Amino acid sequence: MPKVKIDGVEMEVPAGITVLQACELAGVEIPRFCYHDRLSIAGNCRMCLVEVKPGPPKPQASCALPVADKQEIFTRTPTVQKARKGVMEFLLINHPLDCPICDQGGECDLQDQAMAYGFDRSRYHENKRAVPDKELGPLVKTSMNRCIHCTRCIRFATEVAGVEQLGATGRGESMEVTTYVEQALSTELAGNLVDLCPVGALTSKPYAFEARPWELTKTESVDVLDALGSNIRIDSRGAQVMRVLPRLNDDVNEEWISDKTRHAIDGLRHQRLDRPYVRTKGKLVEATWDEAFGAIAAKLNGLDGAKIAAIVGDQCDAESMVALKDLMASLGSPNVDCRQDGAKIDGPRGSYIFNAGVRGIDQADAILLIGTNPRLEAPVLNARIRKRYLHGRCPIGSIGTADDLTYPIERLGAGPATLRELVDGKLGFFDKLKDAKHPLIVVGMGALAREDGAAVLAIVSELVAKLNAVREDWNGFAVLHTAAARVGGLDLGLVPGEGGRDVAGILDGCQRKEIEAVFLLAADEIDTTKLGKAFVIYQGHHGDAGAHRADVILPGAAYTEKPGIYVNTEGRVQVGRRAGYPPGDAREDWAILRALSERLGKTLPYDTLHQVRSRLVAVNKVFAAIDQQAAGAWGPVGEPGATADAPLKSSVANFYMTCPISRASRTMADCTASRAHLMAAE
Amino acid sequence: MLGDKDRIFTNLYGAQDWRLAGARARGAWDNTKAILDKGVDWIIDEMKKSGLRGRGGAGFPTGMKWSFMPKEVKDRPHYLVVNADESEPGTCKDRDIMRHDPHLLIEGCLVAGFAMRAHAGYIYVRGEFYNEAQHLIAAIKEAYDAGLLGKNACGSGWDFDLYVHRGAGAYICGEETALLESLEGKKGMPRLKPPFPAGAGLYGCPTTVNNVESIAVAPTILRRGAAWFAGIGRPNNTGTKLFCISGHVNRPCNVEEEMGIPLRELIERHCGGVRGGWDNLLAVIPGGASVPLLPKSICDTVLMDFDSLRDQRSGLGTAAVIVMDKSTDVVKAIARLSYFYKHESCGQCTPCREGTGWMWRVMERMVTGNARLEEIDALEDVTKQVEGHTICALGDAAAWPIQGLIRHFRPEMERRIRARTEKLAAE
Repeated sequence: MPKVKIDGVEMEVPAGITVLQACELAGVEIPRFCYHDRLSIAGNCRMCLVEVKPGPPKPQASCALPVADKQEIFTRTPTVQKARKGVMEFLLINHPLDCPICDQGGECDLQDQAMAYGFDRSRYHENKRAVPDKELGPLVKTSMNRCIHCTRCIRFATEVAGVEQLGATGRGESMEVTTYVEQALSTELAGNLVDLCPVGALTSKPYAFEARPWELTKTESVDVLDALGSNIRIDSRGAQVMRVLPRLNDDVNEEWISDKTRHAIDGLRHQRLDRPYVRTKGKLVEATWDEAFGAIAAKLNGLDGAKIAAIVGDQCDAESMVALKDLMASLGSPNVDCRQDGAKIDGPRGSYIFNAGVRGIDQADAILLIGTNPRLEAPVLNARIRKRYLHGRCPIGSIGTADDLTYPIERLGAGPATLRELVDGKLGFFDKLKDAKHPLIVVGMGALAREDGAAVLAIVSELVAKLNAVREDWNGFAVLHTAAARVGGLDLGLVPGEGGRDVAGILDGCQRKEIEAVFLLAADEIDTTKLGKAFVIYQGHHGDAGAHRADVILPGAAYTEKPGIYVNTEGRVQVGRRAGYPPGDAREDWAILRALSERLGKTLPYDTLHQVRSRLVAVNKVFAAIDQQAAGAWGPVGEPGATADAPLKSSVANFYMTCPISRASRTMADCTASRAHLMAAE
Repeated sequence: MLGDKDRIFTNLYGAQDWRLAGARARGAWDNTKAILDKGVDWIIDEMKKSGLRGRGGAGFPTGMKWSFMPKEVKDRPHYLVVNADESEPGTCKDRDIMRHDPHLLIEGCLVAGFAMRAHAGYIYVRGEFYNEAQHLIAAIKEAYDAGLLGKNACGSGWDFDLYVHRGAGAYICGEETALLESLEGKKGMPRLKPPFPAGAGLYGCPTTVNNVESIAVAPTILRRGAAWFAGIGRPNNTGTKLFCISGHVNRPCNVEEEMGIPLRELIERHCGGVRGGWDNLLAVIPGGASVPLLPKSICDTVLMDFDSLRDQRSGLGTAAVIVMDKSTDVVKAIARLSYFYKHESCGQCTPCREGTGWMWRVMERMVTGNARLEEIDALEDVTKQVEGHTICALGDAAAWPIQGLIRHFRPEMERRIRARTEKLAAE
């Protein structure tokens, strides 16, 4: 390890890092604008200049300079101070200094560093540059006069998002960051540009002029809009969620989040269920909790358990799911299912989680995508695969209909027949997988949520065996879920019990009048017309498909309004926290179920959140290890059988609208329209 | 003064045939195989001994630059790149080499390419040099047809291919790493160094970028011996050099001369003297637009080479001598140069992008005296904030002319400001 001297203090630093990183390790602050940990090094802002010996007699950009043994680094010399002051002055001469009307105010790198390193007045008496604003789509607002040309946005779009749609035109002071052709960016990660911009040139369009950062309460939580479980920070003012920002977690989302995670939150304000309803004479009528519970009790009391069923939605917290499970058990019903889409998964834990973990993607040296479009199902995870691709020497193949994933893929075919051929070694890609030390097989819901899902899974299992992809030191079998609640639901055993019915069976039973009452726990992705004449209880937070069909509505809380445990697609147990209270009479979901159970005379044995969580651990001990990914057992999975010819098509068609929250969001509607416009233009 | 026998560029004025036959008659391509047969180490050693310093402006020893290339070709090929993007205002030497004596350059490419173990060379020609590129392309074809390039070039057993690439007329593409970016098809923006091109250059492969003149003189040096070349000029500033004299002289010209020739002798002997006589001289920019100008008092005695001009806080640069007599509005002349740098800044790094525009605008006001006296100091301070803080040398190049002006013509700048202030007060 090289030994360097930073401002006279000698220390050992890891080889291969830059001078800037070494200074950070030493606790010496180096101002910077263009440098960003997760982007390539540009070295263009010149703010991080330091003096280095041995070296040329002028200050060096520390972000781009590798450390070397016996190097002496000086960060506080008059030369360095003058250089910083000079760069700061240059950055400010053409900056509008319109902080009072700038959304970046209060969290602006330029503002902060100008305070630390700048002059208190200007020597620039000429006119400032004026730059036309650019159109970057419905999420990113531009104010290009403020741009300091750090090119972080360009590098993010090119490197991480994988869309080469941002660039700089013009030379010298006429240089402008632009999309070249004035059209929206076709990426699902556009919101991150706003986080990356060190000034107010790129700000959030939906959040424009909404709040100042110091007015906001910050709550660290977890996202539920896809199954990745991105770590987020919810900024709220009073009861209202103002914005969502990413939190750093290298195991999950690094520091990116998708546009849906970030911008679907205006959906939390629309279409909310804020009081109980009971259907009277065919119409939903506002009711009290007591009336609603009364209506349910009237129906359920005395009803045979076999005639009662429950379907669990895609965004439920583990607490409400375990409460529902216990309630259904006490009612004597085996008809419980958490797989709204009918995915054929209920084997050992290893057969339904992304075993390799998100970090495993970095390690993989051949990737096969089966029936999944990660760009639409989990854009941040897709960016991780792209990062792996950029690193090189990792062939990526796809069986299914995935199209442009921002990295090249070998399209092997669309249907299960192709998968069969691959397993039989008839495709060249098989050898690439075979040669790989760490083959990663990503199976999406497009492959499992279909009639022959179990048969497809059986073929995949055969492939896993042939590749020896599941072994002591590596588990390359990875299921990419689309529902945030799915893994938690499976961990808690929310699948049909002995003689019980799955979702298809429940709907079938409804039509045959064998099922008389159905409890929908925020389940909106089923075909509600098939519920027949059954008595439907809907507990959830949005007036979506389920609520429209319901006979009784119990208003619950959305993910920002309740503490809740979620298990992401990797099987990582994460805790979401409450950023605000649910609207009106709505309540936390497990508490509603607890209250209902009492009314039904089957009182659940827990009164506090702590007790519910103890119950979770009792059901499955993975819930005890927060933020950990417990390994899953592996065994023969799937059921060999005939497969259909239909292509393994991803279940997500429109990335922006996949759940009640995003469907209620105007921002997501704008994004949908914008993307449709782009597609039409192509 | 340089004797005719010591001239390398014997067809500088295009009086003779530029094609292969003419070039051969003048001694080019004369048993090139023999040079190559002496081996890489001998060539590099000889270049080092000759004391040749890069003719593109920075004056880095050419032999040493060649020796930086890896000693063995591993998985990445080596490349020679010739910088023919001659855009420094006042400079027109490479242009005449390419149009009147292209074979000197082509032979040099083979020798240099061989010395750096490259099988391919690229000549990046300034976009505006259309006819020059045509001559070069025609000459390369002749060389191929004569077996001087291509497989087993000159019968030496070494394969060497040479390509001409035309730029699009951006000054910054004369900066070696911006040139490489441009050659790769990207926007011409300088790269961060390290890594230096010898480690990771064109397409990430070991590359050496040399000026046209540096390459073109190499075969003659190797043929006549390092001692001959080193014997011309002064120590550490050896050899012959093409000077491009323009501006207020009676006969502007390109001329090959000994390094270290007195400026006054250069102008009076080759250019018919300053317009209106030596005493009518105001100032000279000795090395192209990027170097600080020199007032007459220094011009009287200064020698034209790297070290003596550096001692006068200027530089030899590309040896483009721009002569200004007393009719010149020297502030306006420098302001025009500032505009040039503002226009040609690539916009990548902050000090240059923002600083060049600032300096130009202040300079424009200085021309009419529309400024306050203390702004001269502020302007100088701004030039110091640009200088040495940028990725490439364009920032320095933009700062130096202004620093030279303030250093030598501050009284003139102050006079204008006072005159304007007084005029306004009188009104």
